[in-house]
Amino acid sequence: MRKLIKPLVFAIALIPFSILIARVFINPDSLGPDPAQELAKESGEWALRFLIITLALTPLRQITGQVAFVRQRRMLGLFALFYASIHFMVWMAFLLVFRWGAIIEELVLRPFITVGFSAFLILIVLGVTSPKSMVRKLGRNWKRLHRLVYLSAGLAVVHLLWILRTDIGEAVFYGALVALLLAYRLQRYLRVSKPALPKV
Amino acid sequence: MLIKKPVDIKPSEITPENVFRNRRQFMKESSRLMLGAAVAGSMPSIANAQSSGSLKAPAPAGLVRTEPADWLKNKFANIKSAPDSGPFYTGESLTPYRDVTRYNNFYEFGMDKSDPSSNSGEFKADPWSVEITGEVAKPGTYHLEDILKPVDLEERIYRLRCVEAWSMVIPWIGFPLADLIKQFEPNSKAKFVEFETLIDAESMPAIESRFAIVDWPYREGLRIDEAMNPLTMMAVGVYGDYLPAQNGAPMRLVVPWKYGFKSIKSIVKINFRETMPNTTWNDLQSNEYGFYANVNPEVHHPRWRQDMERRLPQTLFSRQVIETRLFNGYADQVASMYGDMDLSQYF
Repeated sequence: MRKLIKPLVFAIALIPFSILIARVFINPDSLGPDPAQELAKESGEWALRFLIITLALTPLRQITGQVAFVRQRRMLGLFALFYASIHFMVWMAFLLVFRWGAIIEELVLRPFITVGFSAFLILIVLGVTSPKSMVRKLGRNWKRLHRLVYLSAGLAVVHLLWILRTDIGEAVFYGALVALLLAYRLQRYLRVSKPALPKV
Repeated sequence: MLIKKPVDIKPSEITPENVFRNRRQFMKESSRLMLGAAVAGSMPSIANAQSSGSLKAPAPAGLVRTEPADWLKNKFANIKSAPDSGPFYTGESLTPYRDVTRYNNFYEFGMDKSDPSSNSGEFKADPWSVEITGEVAKPGTYHLEDILKPVDLEERIYRLRCVEAWSMVIPWIGFPLADLIKQFEPNSKAKFVEFETLIDAESMPAIESRFAIVDWPYREGLRIDEAMNPLTMMAVGVYGDYLPAQNGAPMRLVVPWKYGFKSIKSIVKINFRETMPNTTWNDLQSNEYGFYANVNPEVHHPRWRQDMERRLPQTLFSRQVIETRLFNGYADQVASMYGDMDLSQYF
């Protein structure tokens, strides 16, 4: 049973991707008249969702005592990177049609893109340093480095907030989730690091 | 804000009332004639406007729509087809009816492009009246039927460039905004025209959203010379047919050399004033959206680069990404209005 969980989670995490692929090749009409925009929106949102799911795993273990959650953490984090990469590729290939000058200009001059790209760069660094060998190599610094995942999630929410035009409901929703997870970790950190007071 | 050269409408430019009276008479007769001709010819009698057949871009076959009021039907019986050349026509391939009516920004109905078409079922475009206020000789609340009575409907094929860097080519049915403005006889103090969209929480679900950052109703404005420019039109139809709710039924502005958000939809109020009006996007983010909002490939929006555009519809594997032109390609018609204004300052 335990051995089945990982492939199962893997398969589930691929469902959004499969749906996108099916829409592109089988039912392109469902993407509407501006398919590049639709793909960018979908892939970006899935990247953020997987990032938040990944962040929720440690608290879930702590609350439920189930170690199984954390065993999926690396893989789900890599899925966040996977969807973010699709998001980035769609932007480069379909929205800016590989106009390199424009791409570089956008990364530098459009603040919401700079912010989103920074979140993506952090995910790349975390992905590259995610194998066990890297964990061993980096030692204590690994944990410090991987705390950047919160920064990445925060930047991703700002990136989303910035592109929304008249209603920020979506960004508020994801932002609240990230804030909640961060708050949980902060209060736990403060509680654990404080020496226990003798009971009166 | 300093405007280089305020342009007044001279009272003599405004058509005297008796001319309009005559025109109404003429219209009545000619529309009767046209209606007769249309009935005589064996036109398909779905909900389509009867004269669709003679238009450059008639309604798609089999389009089923709710029956409009008789007076509007009669109005649509007589539409002048778009010319073969010139600014009121472009030979670029048209964005299909389906895409024009399913990919919309009309934030009162929701944020997604498909929201306006799927969430506007409760919207009622009839009866409709428009309130005319401010610096005019004839303020008041007018039924749309009366506003449309003296005007001639015509087809115009325009490019539409959205600030989000996509664009369409749309065959509108409408009339010059100038023809509407003259009816109410603005005075010399009328230097700007302000427009307002309907606000109706019952039929526009997104208005009630707790996370809306817009202060409804949606407001837009034009300088009077921009409003009187022959290119500026009021549209009441698209593809030879009545405007669907998502496209701004029953009457919306079309200003083809400005970003799409200037072309305000479902207008219920027109105010003539001496000072520059506040506009929705400018109020929301004045560093991002200026009052003028002229299409300009050299002045980028903080979120979207403006020197290229995705011409819709696109498919992933045959993309049409084209260069954006100054004033959306209408520079010959409008550039003179801005003289030596610094367009990067007055964006």
